Amino acid sequence: MDSLASTVQQVFNEPACSVNRAKADKDRKKGCGGILKPGAAAGGCAFDGAKIALQPITDVAHLVHGPIACEGNSWDNRGAKSSGSLLYRTGLTTDINETDVVFGGEKRLFRAIKEILVKYDPPAIFVYQTCVTALIGDDIEALCKAASAQFKKPIIPINAPGFVGSKNLGNKLAGEALLEYVIGTDEPDYTTPYDINIIGEYNLAGELWQVKPLLEELGIRVLACMSGDARYRDIACAHRARAAMMVCSKAMINVARKMEERYGIPFFEGSFYGISDMSEALRAIARLLVSRGAPGDLIARTELVIAREEARAARRLAPYRARLQGKRILLITGGVKSWSVVAALQEVGMEIVGTSVKKSTEGDKERIKKIMGDEAHMIEDMAPREMYRMLKEARVDMMLSGGRSQFVALKAKVPWLDINQERHHAYAGYEGIVSLVQEIDTSLYNPVWSQLRRAAPWDTEYVS
Amino acid sequence: MTRLGASPTLRPGAVAKACAINPLKMSQPLGAALAFLGIERAMPVFHGAQGCTAFGLVLLVRHFREAIPLQTTAMNEVTTIMGGGDNIEKALLNIYERAKPAFIGIASTGLTETKGDDVDGELRRIRSDHPELTVPVVYVSTPDYQGAFQDGWAKAVTRMVAAFAKRAPTVRGLVTLLPGGHVTPGDIIELHEILEDFGLEVIVLPDISGSLDGHVPDDFSPTSLGGTKISDLYRIGASEAVIALGEQMRPAAQMMTAMTGVPSVVFDTLTGLLANDRFFSYLSALSQRAVPLKYRSQRSRLVDAMLDAHFFFGGRRVAIGAEPDLLWTLSTWLQGMGAAVVAAVTTTQSPLLEHPLMAGTHIGDLDDLERQALAQGCDLLITHSHGRQAAARLGIPFLRMGLPLFDRLGAAHRVLVGYRGTRELTFEVGNLWLAHDPESGPHGHTHCPAAGDRGGDPILACRLDVRP
Repeated sequence: MDSLASTVQQVFNEPACSVNRAKADKDRKKGCGGILKPGAAAGGCAFDGAKIALQPITDVAHLVHGPIACEGNSWDNRGAKSSGSLLYRTGLTTDINETDVVFGGEKRLFRAIKEILVKYDPPAIFVYQTCVTALIGDDIEALCKAASAQFKKPIIPINAPGFVGSKNLGNKLAGEALLEYVIGTDEPDYTTPYDINIIGEYNLAGELWQVKPLLEELGIRVLACMSGDARYRDIACAHRARAAMMVCSKAMINVARKMEERYGIPFFEGSFYGISDMSEALRAIARLLVSRGAPGDLIARTELVIAREEARAARRLAPYRARLQGKRILLITGGVKSWSVVAALQEVGMEIVGTSVKKSTEGDKERIKKIMGDEAHMIEDMAPREMYRMLKEARVDMMLSGGRSQFVALKAKVPWLDINQERHHAYAGYEGIVSLVQEIDTSLYNPVWSQLRRAAPWDTEYVS
Repeated sequence: MTRLGASPTLRPGAVAKACAINPLKMSQPLGAALAFLGIERAMPVFHGAQGCTAFGLVLLVRHFREAIPLQTTAMNEVTTIMGGGDNIEKALLNIYERAKPAFIGIASTGLTETKGDDVDGELRRIRSDHPELTVPVVYVSTPDYQGAFQDGWAKAVTRMVAAFAKRAPTVRGLVTLLPGGHVTPGDIIELHEILEDFGLEVIVLPDISGSLDGHVPDDFSPTSLGGTKISDLYRIGASEAVIALGEQMRPAAQMMTAMTGVPSVVFDTLTGLLANDRFFSYLSALSQRAVPLKYRSQRSRLVDAMLDAHFFFGGRRVAIGAEPDLLWTLSTWLQGMGAAVVAAVTTTQSPLLEHPLMAGTHIGDLDDLERQALAQGCDLLITHSHGRQAAARLGIPFLRMGLPLFDRLGAAHRVLVGYRGTRELTFEVGNLWLAHDPESGPHGHTHCPAAGDRGGDPILACRLDVRP
């Protein structure tokens, strides 16, 4: 536990995090996300965060050491896509019982590792610690070390039991495990001056694949994506990249910064959502690669692709402008999307009546102010009841959010679109923004709304 | 059913796996939470880390496509070691303040059970420190590392019976219905209608048909959208009879009888012709009324459906992964139609597993089920949505049953009970086979195409080949 405690403290101290820099020393030690309020908390635990960050590595066996709740209640619930192995979608758990709780679960864990190696022969096994097994003192770090030595395979402890903190902390602890045990342990067959890493992109609904063809057209190779559609070996070789893009700013900033420190890989923070951000991301990648020695013509070539794609996207979006002009959108999401999606929707004339900033950094908020003009539209924390009222009183034409608030909108009979992790459509890149606008249009103009809002014939008055 | 004749936990010759692969099982607290959600204006709480709640919540949201009120005591490393009393207190006060529920149900988790929090003792202390906290609170102990979903449901209902049942003068025609955790909102609606048609007044405990049937309320609610009324909970002791559905509900029914003297009856299943004949005869005797014409017609339609369908059931080989009561329901019905259940995996202990019909069933995971189905050669796989990839690899029709069903609409409204429910199920399964078997060309089922011609593990060979 001691090594875990010190890792947690170190993660809390992340110097590259802008939120952290603004804090006093004392507050920084308390960590991110603040103290959870019993009876009024929502959101995943550290284990959840670690699994979210790492499970998209497709050829790894992800073994959860704990009681059935941790894996049995949660597996197969996110849409990270794979272009190869499907092993990552296999639910693996030691499913410990009462005897294990009394006598320790290490023996079962060791046998489980052995069984997985025999059945699947994966390039690596990630072993996730959970609350109960941490509490009874199962030392997964020592056990994984012994197992690695015995089986000559990387058996990697992911020490992020749920009770150490939030999902976000779990993301970072997962990153620490990659830094400590995976990155730099193998060498790529060859390298190019155009090799990059993408950090904090999980290929949900296949979003990475909306971006990758453009990179490939420019000759840019994604050496490692952390961790969407990644192979174990990609991550092991990631230290040879020339530059990195960090997509989800709050998730794995520690990985980006430490890789810069250790391997001299410069990174920038960017987003694939929205036309201007996508273009900006391509420009930044090209600039960083050229600054690291890639031929200078990359910048001009990138501009050509950007010009072509922007024109194409604009052409495809044009028909929607008349239909979507002035439609009022409530956007409940976090981080990068709180501003990048805003910009995208404004491009087709939609009005953003509010965007949540609960999970946004100071930098994100600055961006919102710049795009939207003032602070009035920033929502710090909106209770579901207030959200419902706003929708019910028809102050909003449509809500975009994550699954959590889905039914607030639907029960108020207001169109709703999922833009968080459970979404079925991919919204990244130039392709993605067109898809997003198409989805919004389809949803807004669906004839069900006018039917649903009519009162039943036996009701005298109709409110909404 | 293959008769391997051994202990229900493990097939003979099988070595206990240390690693569960593709779990069938879900944890006890989740079952308890669902039971608590069947009470009107309820707020269930997990005494555990916030992740316990988040996972459970997402799973129930995906299944029901409804908002799920479910809170947490948000335990962390320090509060776990120091004891969770303060967190329970804060959680209760916060919930009471913010959501104003009419009922709070607390379920413990693996985390707090490992530490060994005395929740009952803490609740007594909190009650005396906060007399303003008038809302009924029921606590149930449900460690994640014991039992499974249906155990958590059954324990929660037993605890609610213990909390609310009181001896009272019998109200003629009042019946308490105790549905198992495998009973859907649609089933409850059907049973409600049947009982009312016999002139009976029914209190369903818990009644998820009031909360999770998918209706649109007039206003926002942070708690459950309906369910058993608290005032009705206090009336269950006045019932003329207690009807439990599912073997898992026997302890709750017995508790009710012991506390109130109300006679109880447990129906192991209400799917199938004979099971419903027993049920309707019982209702007729209880209510002193003849079976209404409507149900005589329904029975006749079921008989006709069985006549039409039996051609397609006879000799079929079925693999089922389900909790004991649902497994029993489906197995007895299928065998009554001429099909054989040749592979069966379940989640937890049950007296049902001692029955000769269930020999060969063992507690396991979907990987076991898939291997057995492959070895036995099956025509149909029945389990929850997590079985869809196995079914695709096996190349056989797939019937989604149980919880979670996240990749189909209308999970709440699947109906298996009654003559009508049985008829619909008969058509659904018959149609799966009709759709799967080509009208012309070579008949029969295709198992995993790669199984025969590859060395090594046939299931792994399939996994490499088929990408659903």
